[in-house]
Amino acid sequence: MIAELGLALLWMAAALAALQLVVGSLALRAEGRALAGMVRPVAVMQGLLVLAAFGALITLFVTTDLSVKLVVENSHSAKPLIFKIAGTWGNHEGSMLMWVTIMAIGGAFVALIERRLDEPTLMATLAGQAFISLGFYVFLLFASNPFARLATPAEEGQGLNPLLQDIGLAFHPPTLYIGYVGLSIAFSFAIGALVTRNVGPAFARAMRPWVLGAWIFLTLGITAGSYWAYYTLGWGGWWFWDPVENASLMPWLAATALLHSVSVLQSRDALRAWTVMLGVVAFSMSMVGTFLVRSGILTSVHAFAVDPQRGAFILALLAIDIGGALALFTLRAGTVTEGARFAFVSREAALVFNNVMLCGILGIVLIGTLYPLVTEAYGVKVSVGAPYFNPAAAMFAFPMFAVMTVGPLLRWRHDRLSGLPGRRKLWPVLVCATLALAVFIGVEWAAHRINLLPALGLAIASGLFPASLLPLKGRNLRRTPLPVWGMVLAHAGIAVALFGMASESAFSVERLAALSLGASREVGPWHVTLDGMMPIAGPNWTALEASVSTRYAGAAPVVLHPKAESFSNPPGTRNESALETRWNGQLYVVLGEQAGDGRWQMRFWWKPFVPLIWIGGAMVGIGGALALLGRVLSEIRRLVAKDKIAYRRMRQGR
Amino acid sequence: MSEPAPKPRLRLALWLPLILFGGLFALFVHGLTAPADTTVASAFVGNPLPQFDLPAAADDRPGLATRTFRTGRPKLLNVFASWCVPCAAEAPQLATLAQAGVEVDGVAIHDRHDDLARFLAANGNPYAAIGRDDQRAVQLAIGSSGVPETYVIDGRGVIRYQHIGDIRPEDVPKLLAKLKDAASPGAGT
Repeated sequence: MIAELGLALLWMAAALAALQLVVGSLALRAEGRALAGMVRPVAVMQGLLVLAAFGALITLFVTTDLSVKLVVENSHSAKPLIFKIAGTWGNHEGSMLMWVTIMAIGGAFVALIERRLDEPTLMATLAGQAFISLGFYVFLLFASNPFARLATPAEEGQGLNPLLQDIGLAFHPPTLYIGYVGLSIAFSFAIGALVTRNVGPAFARAMRPWVLGAWIFLTLGITAGSYWAYYTLGWGGWWFWDPVENASLMPWLAATALLHSVSVLQSRDALRAWTVMLGVVAFSMSMVGTFLVRSGILTSVHAFAVDPQRGAFILALLAIDIGGALALFTLRAGTVTEGARFAFVSREAALVFNNVMLCGILGIVLIGTLYPLVTEAYGVKVSVGAPYFNPAAAMFAFPMFAVMTVGPLLRWRHDRLSGLPGRRKLWPVLVCATLALAVFIGVEWAAHRINLLPALGLAIASGLFPASLLPLKGRNLRRTPLPVWGMVLAHAGIAVALFGMASESAFSVERLAALSLGASREVGPWHVTLDGMMPIAGPNWTALEASVSTRYAGAAPVVLHPKAESFSNPPGTRNESALETRWNGQLYVVLGEQAGDGRWQMRFWWKPFVPLIWIGGAMVGIGGALALLGRVLSEIRRLVAKDKIAYRRMRQGR
Repeated sequence: MSEPAPKPRLRLALWLPLILFGGLFALFVHGLTAPADTTVASAFVGNPLPQFDLPAAADDRPGLATRTFRTGRPKLLNVFASWCVPCAAEAPQLATLAQAGVEVDGVAIHDRHDDLARFLAANGNPYAAIGRDDQRAVQLAIGSSGVPETYVIDGRGVIRYQHIGDIRPEDVPKLLAKLKDAASPGAGT
């Protein structure tokens, strides 16, 4: 019953999306203006209906309704409740339903709260949002119905894969989806503005919170995903340049560029066409990523929901949505009037430089990800990895970081770096640059086997961190607006993460050792001893758990328990690493197989400062959240003030 | 960089994103319609077997050496172990192949004499010869990463095909075809 209800709700939501598209488009014309009042309620209703449909699917998973195909394939009555709920979106159909749900709720929010954008642009935006949603509704209803029933109910579900029962895996995909779909709203705003040719500060102000929100979720999703891969795969790495990882990185790069250019558009009314273009590109990258992941045209470690037919469907949506938007851009961008101009030395120019560099990195990642696909068309198999991505991306990233140190200090429109005010601004930057140079020379001199890239990374991070705090200099810290704090925190987070990455790459110590019980090894500053080996068993897995006592340079010993787990149903193995975190790094221990002579193969890594990568990522995300909070608070203050004025007027009888 | 001013040259540049997207789309369509062959061919295929001379692992079968493969007839080389469950699962298929007249030679990896005898008694013994490889030396030298794996070796001792994992009933015709290919001299390599 619930399945049929869910399907009916989904159909109704799809119908409302069609209505929203038609009415929203009609309202753009003079004769249809009377219909405009309908669009907002329809958008809200559509959001509520699809939310109810998603709720129905969650209910089916929670109650483990074994007559529903999706539940049988992806759930099991013995699963813990939290994984039953997470199972709703841990599959293709459910995740697509989640996608339209987030999209429709986003649209409903725009319809509810956006009051300052001119009405035609808003109508075009909501119509555009309905158009994209409609494509996904068609996909769901005709090609991947999540509510399909089985002819005869199954005895038990098949989805008890313990590898997938991980809390990180349960919440990492939805975080990224919210990011991807948030960009769809920015995309719709861009379309709306192109349709009405109304690209200006009001449009930027309406679009900015969505970009910011999506970007926060993408940042946190990528950071969490990286940490999850790091501790769960047991390979000791934190980023593999895997196509699926790149699929999440590319929208983030585009969104980061968009975030900065939209702030230029809002404050200075410059970079009009460029911002619209980035709005289209950011969502395109989300769609391209989704396509790459689900069509299976690239070989990836994330073999999830791969199906060429679904791939064809997503490709069709991609062609219609993105191709259409780009065609519109091509036709309209020439007629979008030129924005304000600015000088070479100005904050706008610094932000443009940042944008170009980010797009450069985006291009590098896109080319590297797709290159195997191109060569396969000619029958040659290649895999592209870190030796290409790292230096190629650094070529753009390092100059960008250098400009990041000065950019936030520059004034809008035109600034001078000569004269007293210029000098006052420049000397702290020069101090930071000197610090960076000192670190570079020190690192190269003290440990001259270090590669150039990590050494440069360490140096730039050491200069960037103090430089990113400079915008706070000379300010009253208690009156500094939250968005400024957010920017400072995010920029400092980039420096922190960069330091972690460079340090991990420069100073990691790796030891492969075959240890008999009682044997020890030195791993960098650590002394490790294999104390014991204990078999343990769970409901459908067995594991060997090692006891390894570790001692850091004479400090008190800590016992770690890396596990090698084997699962019976479905068969599989997993090597769960054990981590010991200190303020200056992490010890990473993995238990391998038993060698012929009874010794145990173990891998140890000492990774100095590696946690800074994720701490930095979290700082960037929290910085974004602070900026968003600041904007929301000021918006609320504005509304409250407006209400007060209206109330006073009413009392005074005016 | 401030803004594309309405000059003719820049208007052409506006077409660039659409053209790039068109290229991307064409690439994706090609990738979907001509799905890549995702099987990873071993780098050892096409190479001659390395030199080895393994002692006999079972009482009633001889050991295995490189020279025994240079008989002019293709053979199967099966890498297995008594402690490996899929190896027991593929035993009926190996028996089928042996009955079809294929000579199957085995390399027992890291095994004990008594365990192996029990395994052969329980699952049948399709092997013409079984060498014991306690150090996994031969296994590594022919590029095998686990058990079971099965190689098609042609009459000159050259590796012609590597089957990874257990042989399922549906794999038998494929292996027979590969053996037939290997029998025709010079083809493939």
